[in-house]
Amino acid sequence: MSWEPIIGLEIHIHLKTRTKMFCRCEVAYFEPENSRTCPVCLAHPGSLPVPNAKAIEWTIKLGLALDCEIAERAIFHRKNYFYPDNPKGYQISQYDEPLCRGGRLVMPGPEGDAEIGIVRAHLEEDAAKNVHVGGAEGRIGGATATLVDFNRAGAPLVEIVTQPDLRSADQARRFLQLLRQTIVELGISDAEMEKGSLRVDVNVSVRPEGSDELRTRTEMKNLNSFAFAARAIAREVERQIAVYEAGGEVEQETLHFDPGAESAPPLRSKEEAQDYRYFPEPDLVPVEPPRELVERVRAELRESPATRIRRIAAELDYDLSEELVTSGRDRLYERVPGDRRGVANVLMNQFAAAGVDPEAVDPEELGKLIEARSRIPRDKFTEALAASGDSGFAAEPYLGDGLVADTGELEPIVEKILDANPGQVEAYRGGKEGLLGFFVGQVMKETQGKADPQVVNELLRQKLS
Amino acid sequence: MKLETLRLTAEEGMGLLERGEVSAAELHGAYLEAISERDDELHAYLRTVDEADGPSIPIAFKDLISTRGVETTAGSKILAGYVPVYDATVATRCRETGLTLLGKTNMDEFAMGSSTENSAYGPTRNPWDPDRVPGGSSGGSAAAVAAGLAPWALGSDTGGSVKQPASLCGIVGLRPTYGSVSRYGIVAFASSLDQIGPMAKTVRDCALLYRIVAGRDPCDSTTVELPQPVEIPEREDLKGLRVGVPRELNDVEGIEPGVKEQVDRTIERCRELGAEVGETSLPRSVDYGLACYYLIAPSEASSNLARYDGVRYGLRVTGDDGVRAMYDRTRDAGFGDEPKRRIMLGTYALSAGYYEAYYGQAQKVRTVIAQEHAAAFESFDVLVSPTSPTVAFGLGEKTASPLAMYLSDVLTIPSNMAGLPGLSIPCGLSDGLPVGFQLIGPQFSENTLFQVGHALEHAIEFDFVPGRLA
Repeated sequence: MSWEPIIGLEIHIHLKTRTKMFCRCEVAYFEPENSRTCPVCLAHPGSLPVPNAKAIEWTIKLGLALDCEIAERAIFHRKNYFYPDNPKGYQISQYDEPLCRGGRLVMPGPEGDAEIGIVRAHLEEDAAKNVHVGGAEGRIGGATATLVDFNRAGAPLVEIVTQPDLRSADQARRFLQLLRQTIVELGISDAEMEKGSLRVDVNVSVRPEGSDELRTRTEMKNLNSFAFAARAIAREVERQIAVYEAGGEVEQETLHFDPGAESAPPLRSKEEAQDYRYFPEPDLVPVEPPRELVERVRAELRESPATRIRRIAAELDYDLSEELVTSGRDRLYERVPGDRRGVANVLMNQFAAAGVDPEAVDPEELGKLIEARSRIPRDKFTEALAASGDSGFAAEPYLGDGLVADTGELEPIVEKILDANPGQVEAYRGGKEGLLGFFVGQVMKETQGKADPQVVNELLRQKLS
Repeated sequence: MKLETLRLTAEEGMGLLERGEVSAAELHGAYLEAISERDDELHAYLRTVDEADGPSIPIAFKDLISTRGVETTAGSKILAGYVPVYDATVATRCRETGLTLLGKTNMDEFAMGSSTENSAYGPTRNPWDPDRVPGGSSGGSAAAVAAGLAPWALGSDTGGSVKQPASLCGIVGLRPTYGSVSRYGIVAFASSLDQIGPMAKTVRDCALLYRIVAGRDPCDSTTVELPQPVEIPEREDLKGLRVGVPRELNDVEGIEPGVKEQVDRTIERCRELGAEVGETSLPRSVDYGLACYYLIAPSEASSNLARYDGVRYGLRVTGDDGVRAMYDRTRDAGFGDEPKRRIMLGTYALSAGYYEAYYGQAQKVRTVIAQEHAAAFESFDVLVSPTSPTVAFGLGEKTASPLAMYLSDVLTIPSNMAGLPGLSIPCGLSDGLPVGFQLIGPQFSENTLFQVGHALEHAIEFDFVPGRLA
C-alpha cells in the first residue's frame, strides 16, 4: 500500500516591535537578566495590560499577506496555567475570535501551485525564560534551582496555524521558507530560527493514498531549523508507516526534540488534554480594527514572494527561482543585466558566499563584473564580489584591461614556452628562481602582451614545481 | 487646641487649611491621634503613615490600593510584607491633588466578604456598636470615616463592597459607573466588576473625591473619559426628578422591618421634595443577579489570584520537592477560606464542559440584567431601594454560613452586574443603627445621584457621628 503524509504546522514568530505586547518595556533578548521589566510584565498585584497598537497593525498586515479575513471584532482571552515562566498564572492569547482567520498561501512548485490553508493567525504574549542552575548546563534534570528571566515575558508573538494541507517533508520545508520570506519582507519580524524569533511545531499523520480519513497525529516540538524539521518529518512519516504496516496503531503523543542536540532521540510524552479554562480577558476591551487601518495596511503590501517565484520561474527553472526569492536576492537578480542563468548562478553561489547585502549593490556594475567573469581570475572575481556592496564600487579595475586571464586559454601557451626552453626549466628547478621573469616575458611575447601576468605567474609556478 | 476630627468633613478640613487655621501636618497629626485613641477598639487600619506627604487634607486607602513604599496586603497573608514599587493611578491622582496618605484600611481578604471578618489580620468593628460588623469588604474605610479616623477614604466595590459598609456605618459611599475610575494598581478581585469608590461623611465630599479620581487612564484600557465634568451638588429640591421604586428590590425576603420603614420614609421625602415617584420592576435582575455574580466574580478571581504563586513576591513556603509542591504549600498557607472557596468555584465554572453552562450563561444573563435596567431608566431618572437588607449584624453572626453572608449583597449586586453607578446615603436609624438608602442611576449619571443624595441629605439631617462617640 502506498501512504500519504498529512502535515500541518504551527508557527510562532516574534514581532520586532520596540516594546512588549502589553507594557512599554523594551523588547531586548541579549540584555542582562530582568533588566527589561516593570510591574505589568512581572505581574505585580494590580497591574493591567495595555495592548501594543503596532503589534496589532502588524498582525493585520501578516493576515492580509496570507489572504486572511481580518476580524471586525477580535477578543483577547486568558489561557490559565501555572508555571514559573508564566507570571500572571495566565497567558493573554486569542482563542475563538482571533484577529485573522481563513487565509491561504499559494505556493508555486515544480508541479504547479499548491494552496496551503491558513486556519488562523493570532496575537499573544511570550513567556519568561526559565534558567536551570546547578545541574548540567541549562538542563532541568539535576538542577538545584531555577531562575526566571522576565526580559522576554510579554514580548509580542504571532501564532500562525496551517490546515493539514502539506503532503511531504520537502513541501513543508519549502512552505516554511516561503512563509519566512513573506514575513521578513513585511518588516514585522526577523523570523530567524537560530535566534528563536521563529519557532515551528509540526503535526504529522499518514493515511492510505487516496483515502480522505484523518488518522492519529503526533506533534513535534523544538525543531531548530527548516532542514532539521524536514528530516524529522520524513523520519516520523516512515515510522508511522512502519507502525501501520506492522499492524500497529500510532499513538497520539508529542515528540520533544532537544534543541541543543539534533541527533538525540526526541522525548515522547502522552498528550494530556490540559484544560486552560479560556475566558475573555476582562482587563481588555475587544479589538475593533478600523476599516481605514485595514485598507491602509493592505495598500502597503508589495508583490508577494510567491508571485515573484512564479514570474521568475518563467525565465529560469523553478528551483533557482525559488532560491533567489527565498534568499532575498531576486530583486537584485531582476536589476542586474546580462545572461539570466549566469546572473542567477553567480548570485546564488559566489555572490551569496561573499555575504554582501543585495540592497547595497549597484546592479549595472555587478552586471559588468558577471559578464566578464570568464576573463577574471577566480580570486580576483571573489575580491570584486566582496567589494561590490561598497559605495562607489566600479567593476572596471577588476576587468583585467582586456587581458586574457582564462587559464584554459593560457595553459597551452605556457606549456609551449616550457617545452621550447628545456635548459632554463632545468636551471629554474635547480634553484635559479630568477628565471621566472624570463618565462613570463616569453609568454607575454607569444600573446602580444594580452596575457594576465598574475595568471601567467601562477600557471608557471604550478608547471615548474 | 485639640482638633476634633469626629465631625470634620473633608470640605471643612480643606477650609481650615485654606484659611491657614491649621497646617496639613497638624491635620494629619490630629487624625493619627484620633486613630491612636479609637482604633485599638475598631481596628479600621492595618497600618498608618506617620508623616503628611502633601499640602492638603489626609485620606485613607483600602489596603488593595497599591502605594509605592507602603505595604499593601489586600487583607491577605499571602501578601504579607509586599511593598509595591508603584502607585495605583488613584493614589497618584490623590497625591497630585496634595492629599496625604493617612494609612491603609482593613478589608475582607481580596475584597471577598461583606463584614471585614475575612481579613487575615482580624475583623474591624462597627463604630456604632463594636459588637457588630462594619460591613465589607471596605469595612475598614467605612469605619475609619464614621469614627472620625479619616475625613474620607477610598474603598472598592465589586458586589457592593463600598455601598454596603457605607450603609452599615452611616456614611456616604459611591460605587461609580464601571470604567469611570482606573483600576490600575488595584489588587484585582473580579476585573469586570471592580471599581474604586469614594466614601465620605457627606455627598459633597463624595463628589469632590470622585472628581479627583475619575476619568480615563491610559494604563487601564477599560476606562473612558467622563461625558461631563463632575458637579459638586448644591440644589436642595428634587423638582422634575422621576424616582422609580423597583418592587423586587424593596420587597425581597429578608429586608428588616426597621430598614423598610426608614427607606419608605425616605421615598416619601423624595415626593415632598418635588419628585414624581412610581413603581417599577426588575424581576430577572433580582432573581438571577446574585447567582450570576457568584459565577462571574469567582471565575475571574480564580484567574486573578493565580499570580500569588510564591515565585516573585509575597509569601513563599519553600521545600525541596519542586515547584508544584511549593505552589500548593504557599497557596494553602497564604489564602484564607473565602478566597479558597471562590478559587474552587471559579475554577470549576470555567472548566471545559461547564464553561457554557456557567460562565457563558451568566454573561448572557448579565446582558439581560443590563437591558432590564436600561428599560427602567426610560421612565425613571433614579431607582431606589435599601442598600442592605439589614442593619449592621453581630460579629460572628454570619461567618458560619457563606450563603447568609452572600445575601447581604442581594440589593447591591444587580446594578453592579449592569455596570451602573450607585450611591448609598444614610437615611435614619433602626434600633440605633444606621440604615442606608441606595440610589441607582444610568451609566455616568453620578451628577444626578449626587444631586439627589445631597437634597435628601439636607432633608433627612442624619447625624453621621455614632451616638456612643458623640
